Amino acid sequence: MKRLLLTCLALVCACQMIFAQSAAAQAPGPLQTVLQAHAKDVAKPSRKTIQPVIDAIVASGLEPVPGFLSAWADKSVWQRKEDGLFFIGEEVAKRTYALTDVDSGAVVAEVAKKELKQLKPNSGVRGLIATALVQFQLSDPNPETRAAALLAIERAPGAALLAPLRASIPAEADPVLLARKTRIERLLTIGYDEDTAARVAAIEEMSGDLGVDVRAALNPLVARKLNVATELPEGENIADILIPGEGDLTVEAAYDLLVAAEGVPPRTTPEMIKAVLADNINGGFVAGVPVAQFTDLQTRLSAYAKLAAAGQAPGLVNDAEVQSALDLHVFYETYAEPNAAVTTAAEAALSSISTRVGLNQSLDLGLDAISLASIYFLAAIGLAITFGLMGVINMAHGEFIMMGAYTGYVVQQVIPNHTASIIVAIPLAFAVTFAAGVAMERLVIRHLYNRPLETLLATFGISIALQQLAKNIFGTQARPLTAPGWLDGAWAINDVVSISYIRIAIFVLALIFLAVFLFIMNRSRLGLETRAVTQNPRMAAAMGINPERVNMLTFGLGSGIAGIAGVAIGLYAKVTSELGSDYIVQSFMTVVVGGVGNIWGALLGAGMIGTLQKGIEWLNPSNTLAAQTYMIIFIIIFIQFRPRGIIALKGRAAGD
Amino acid sequence: MSRSFIAKNPSVLVFLAGLALFTLLVTVFSEGFGVGGLSTSFVKTLGKTLCLCLVAIAMDLIWGYCGILSLGHFAFFGLGGYMVGMWLMYARTEIIVEGALAQGAIPPTSQEVIDGIGTQIFGVVGSSEFPSIWAFSDSLILQLMMVVLVPGLLALIFGWLAFRSRVTGVYLSILTQAMTLALALYLFQNDSGLRGNNGLSGLQNLPGVSASQDVVSIWFLWASAFALGAGYVLAAFVVSGKFGSVIRGIRDNEARVRFLGYPVESFKLMLFTLTAMIAAIAGALYYPQAGIINPAEIAPIASIYLAVWVAIGGRGRLYGAVLGAAFVSLVSTWFTGGQAPDINLGFYTIQWVDWWQVILGLSFVFVTLYAPKGIGGLFDLIKTGEKS
Amino acid sequence: MNFLKTTAVSALALGLTAGASLADDCKIKVGVLHSLSGTMAISETTLKDTMLMLVADQNEKGGLLGCELEAVVVDPASDWPLFAEKARELLTVHDVDVIFGNWTSVSRKSVLPVIEELNGLLFYPVQYEGEESSKNVFYTGAAPNQQAIPATDYFLDELGVEKFALLGTDYVYPRTTNNILESYLEGKGIAEEDIFVNYTPFGHSDWSKIVADVVALGADGKKVGVISTINGDANIGFYKELAAAGISADDIPVVAFSVGEEELSGLDTSNLVGHLAAWNYFQSADTEANEAFIAKWKDLMGEERVTNDPMEAHYIGFNMWANAVAEAGTADVDAVREKMYGQKFANLTGGTAEMLPNHHLAKPVLIGEILEDGQFDIISATDPVPGDAWTDFLPESAVLKSDWKDLGCGMYNTSTSTCVQLKSNY
Repeated sequence: MKRLLLTCLALVCACQMIFAQSAAAQAPGPLQTVLQAHAKDVAKPSRKTIQPVIDAIVASGLEPVPGFLSAWADKSVWQRKEDGLFFIGEEVAKRTYALTDVDSGAVVAEVAKKELKQLKPNSGVRGLIATALVQFQLSDPNPETRAAALLAIERAPGAALLAPLRASIPAEADPVLLARKTRIERLLTIGYDEDTAARVAAIEEMSGDLGVDVRAALNPLVARKLNVATELPEGENIADILIPGEGDLTVEAAYDLLVAAEGVPPRTTPEMIKAVLADNINGGFVAGVPVAQFTDLQTRLSAYAKLAAAGQAPGLVNDAEVQSALDLHVFYETYAEPNAAVTTAAEAALSSISTRVGLNQSLDLGLDAISLASIYFLAAIGLAITFGLMGVINMAHGEFIMMGAYTGYVVQQVIPNHTASIIVAIPLAFAVTFAAGVAMERLVIRHLYNRPLETLLATFGISIALQQLAKNIFGTQARPLTAPGWLDGAWAINDVVSISYIRIAIFVLALIFLAVFLFIMNRSRLGLETRAVTQNPRMAAAMGINPERVNMLTFGLGSGIAGIAGVAIGLYAKVTSELGSDYIVQSFMTVVVGGVGNIWGALLGAGMIGTLQKGIEWLNPSNTLAAQTYMIIFIIIFIQFRPRGIIALKGRAAGD
Repeated sequence: MSRSFIAKNPSVLVFLAGLALFTLLVTVFSEGFGVGGLSTSFVKTLGKTLCLCLVAIAMDLIWGYCGILSLGHFAFFGLGGYMVGMWLMYARTEIIVEGALAQGAIPPTSQEVIDGIGTQIFGVVGSSEFPSIWAFSDSLILQLMMVVLVPGLLALIFGWLAFRSRVTGVYLSILTQAMTLALALYLFQNDSGLRGNNGLSGLQNLPGVSASQDVVSIWFLWASAFALGAGYVLAAFVVSGKFGSVIRGIRDNEARVRFLGYPVESFKLMLFTLTAMIAAIAGALYYPQAGIINPAEIAPIASIYLAVWVAIGGRGRLYGAVLGAAFVSLVSTWFTGGQAPDINLGFYTIQWVDWWQVILGLSFVFVTLYAPKGIGGLFDLIKTGEKS
Repeated sequence: MNFLKTTAVSALALGLTAGASLADDCKIKVGVLHSLSGTMAISETTLKDTMLMLVADQNEKGGLLGCELEAVVVDPASDWPLFAEKARELLTVHDVDVIFGNWTSVSRKSVLPVIEELNGLLFYPVQYEGEESSKNVFYTGAAPNQQAIPATDYFLDELGVEKFALLGTDYVYPRTTNNILESYLEGKGIAEEDIFVNYTPFGHSDWSKIVADVVALGADGKKVGVISTINGDANIGFYKELAAAGISADDIPVVAFSVGEEELSGLDTSNLVGHLAAWNYFQSADTEANEAFIAKWKDLMGEERVTNDPMEAHYIGFNMWANAVAEAGTADVDAVREKMYGQKFANLTGGTAEMLPNHHLAKPVLIGEILEDGQFDIISATDPVPGDAWTDFLPESAVLKSDWKDLGCGMYNTSTSTCVQLKSNY
């Protein structure tokens, strides 16, 4: 009834405004009045102070409140500078905004941007607004709005939200949202229900769940706090009793806690002694000891003791005093949740979850390792051809990868559609780097087949020249190479195990390359000729194969594959002129570790390096650099034992 | 030195005379000791170039004479710099800290001095403890011994492992490259105890020396020239004897030398360690002139450049290595210095800053393809020209 | 077609130099010490171009003291020892009156001894870790209390973050900044186990595990926030992985100290909307001075180029230096330094920056949310914060103070009232 009345009022207001704009300015609507009462906070909201304002707005019970709150959170509320009134603004022309009255919903005026000030609530304030909106949105006809409300509850769960959420469940028609609502209801029950049995039941129900949200609901219950008292208190939910010096609690930490809690005198540190001595210098002496002798700690201590005995300094607190003070107290941890039945259930649930989380984490690590291995494999596969089969050390291999990535970037400038541009970019990158490879083979490498170490130098020269050329052409800034929309996001098996689609795509690409390589080498004419030339060039030539042509094509093929790898790597990382040099050493190691002249070797090498690096990272999570260092040291040692790599060619093909 | 050695190597005398003349001339035209004309920054560049020539000789010994293309000799060079840098930093900071603490009312304990030095040196990496590898940093003599011992030991262990399992050719190159990469990555870590990415800095300030850099730069120029001269003589001596014949034999046909009964691995190991030590001494002289050493210095690319210098200068001849290193590094200095005039083509201005790397890269290709003997090869042409 | 534009700028600078009618014999030389090749070229070439633009501008206005300005550009090639060599060359061979340069801290530490020995003058435009004060360096970028601390406060107060992931590249700026932040957060009552620290190498690209670790931090029900001091290109991979993991800024906000408009131009930001950066300048600042500055920059360099914080630092630094030279009537280092103290110049974001006696600026701190178009929406701006050379949140440096004007000391111990050292620590 009241609402109806207010609506009428608002309507009347609206009518008034249409007829006489100046009248509206003099008589602001009810919501505007509420807002004006808090004008300063609304205009410049801070998470710390805005809650009472939001409460006041919601408490007004006005009909336009939900609409205003969502507009506010969307940064579409504006304040007019001349009179300080708030409006919902919409850009109608460049730098011109149509202002809608917050109460009536009618367009009041069109105003230039410079006369307005946009309200920009930050993410914290937006979160509070979203929470306030929940009660209006849970039963909204629009499923998207309902989903938004659920997201707000997930982000900021609270006791007050449990009742409206439960009330909205029976009427929920959308099965997906219903499942989500039920799940959130269970989680809220764990944290906020009044009834212990209901909470324990909810905990047990969720105890097999891997979701981060479940752990986030359980962990705060069993959070522990360290306390100190002279006697163990009654009636508290005690988790553990600790003895200083044993387990995690050090004597120092225990005494610091005691100092903070009970105000006992702190331990006398050398700095305190020094400060006291400096304050008591009297004509070059402290307590009869010449200052020059204080280069020794023992002398300082004895002088301090004299001062303390004379009452000129606080008494010395040393290990013995500390220990006796600690002995008089008991240290214990309490749970944040006072209810023991709940904490017991929560601990049990968490321990069963943590085993499963551990298992899934290793699975996730395995996926990461495979993904890293496929990236290394992709970067190295071209090299497995040029270096592995032909024995050409191509230091410019990394720059071919870079050229591929830049080709992708250029194509994307011409063809804005991401999917189409990638489809065009892949063959084009192959063509560009194939051509570059063939040119390099003809002009340089051809002359150096019997001088492998010098190929290294010549190609290194080409590598730095290409890198600088890329800088001159594309600038030094990283260039965007964006994956198509369908590669956004990640394949999440559960909250622990997930892998991004782009990495899956790279993995698939690596598999395709492997298949193509195997097909070309084992099933095609070129493959046959390549193998022949590799094994015995003279004999091959005698059989009518043109070794020069085969070398050229093989080298072009290896380079072309590097170009495609460049597109893939550019999609997942970055496109800069240094892109290639990041991968070159790793690629060589991949081929050498795996064993030269064999694609399976490169695959195994990449697999080993990827797994190892992830494994070491897992052991030492805060330092990725250390992982890379140890991996290389491992490779050096590994090569001592298998100088020809994991898969060593035997017989004549091994050469020397 | 036996007569026969000099008789066999007349070029040594020529080189030493040239080096002495060069050093003398630079001194005469320096700002510190002479009439001026050469700026101190250029004198420093020249001093550093002499050190680079020395490490190039080491590279030439191992690659040009023994055929082992090591892509890791800059690791030894850098380690040498680190070793001497530790003393320089420690001693310089000690003076500052003692001075500051002496101003306090209470004289400091020795532990307080050490803590103070630790805070000053390691403050930038958020620590104040001295890692155990700094144990000898307070003694110049010990730290100078470490300059040769630490890189020597690393070379010995690495070389023993690598040569024992008969890793050769390209594989060995990649392995040495992996070694220097691992060392660089290790040093990049803050926990390495050598100030991580920051490295050791302010090395040009010699502790307790109040002379200006104009003077100090000449001291280092002389020291570097002396080291280069000594290194050249040592290298010439090594390659002219029986040892030299064996390593050249290894270069040309390793299997044959082995069948002749020579312990090929030991020869290689000795040469590898010796050259590592020479490189380390060069580094120990280089970095006090450069002023800062950090892990980026020993990144794999630095060692590749080293190989390129030797290739451009001409492998298998000691003066070739010296020429190559001097030529490329001085040309680089010129091009990055902004002195090289831009060339205006009307539609496009060629700025050397943008293009000299391209030219440098292409010149490697050119040298490898058409002048495999490098600049040193030109001397051959002149010689043969004279004879005919 | 980048090189054409770069060339255009330099041609402009050169053309003005050559064609100017100003007296040739009294050239005032401005050294530009930024890497044009190597890994840091990605960030530093922009600053070189900015300096050329500023110098050309000044010459258009009639130079300084009736003399024409000449920019001397050298390339230290991202090689730290080369920075020292080039700094010496600038000061002794080219006789420059002032140097604008450096990006990384290690390069600054490399040139410090040279600049102090030869009494040069360096303007350093990048946010840095503090804990340093040199008589010969003016720090126009942000000190930690002008970027890191306000951003952390924003996390604590406005976003209610209770658990922090400090991710950084493994070098001195992130290490020191994270040390300061750890100690600051512990002072704010955040437990040690609620601070997760990770360091990665330069150019790191494999972020999946680290992002997964950060997500897992949320398992104890506390709101997680990421403070990123990740440098340079590594950010691209990091943000791509964040976007792929579907981490919304409302769930796990990320505030970055080294990501500006320039870095964002290398990636698609549609999935990163709402993540944050803290700087003293954003291109989106709505002032007339900024509009003119951007227009001039785009005019020279191309429509797609953006402006960023270190550029504004150079803009302020250069103009303050020019005014100080005009006031001093000479480009002599000592005279100019005296005139620098208290020097005021309008920020591009509105308000006025002031040079303090500790060689730092008082500047406002802005926090921006990433928008779809790669720009930032400024959602918080403070009053000018005076830069602090020695942080108050580490016990060793809390007692230190820098005042070159009255105390004449950059490392003054206030508890013992002594000057610890006159040279800076490098």
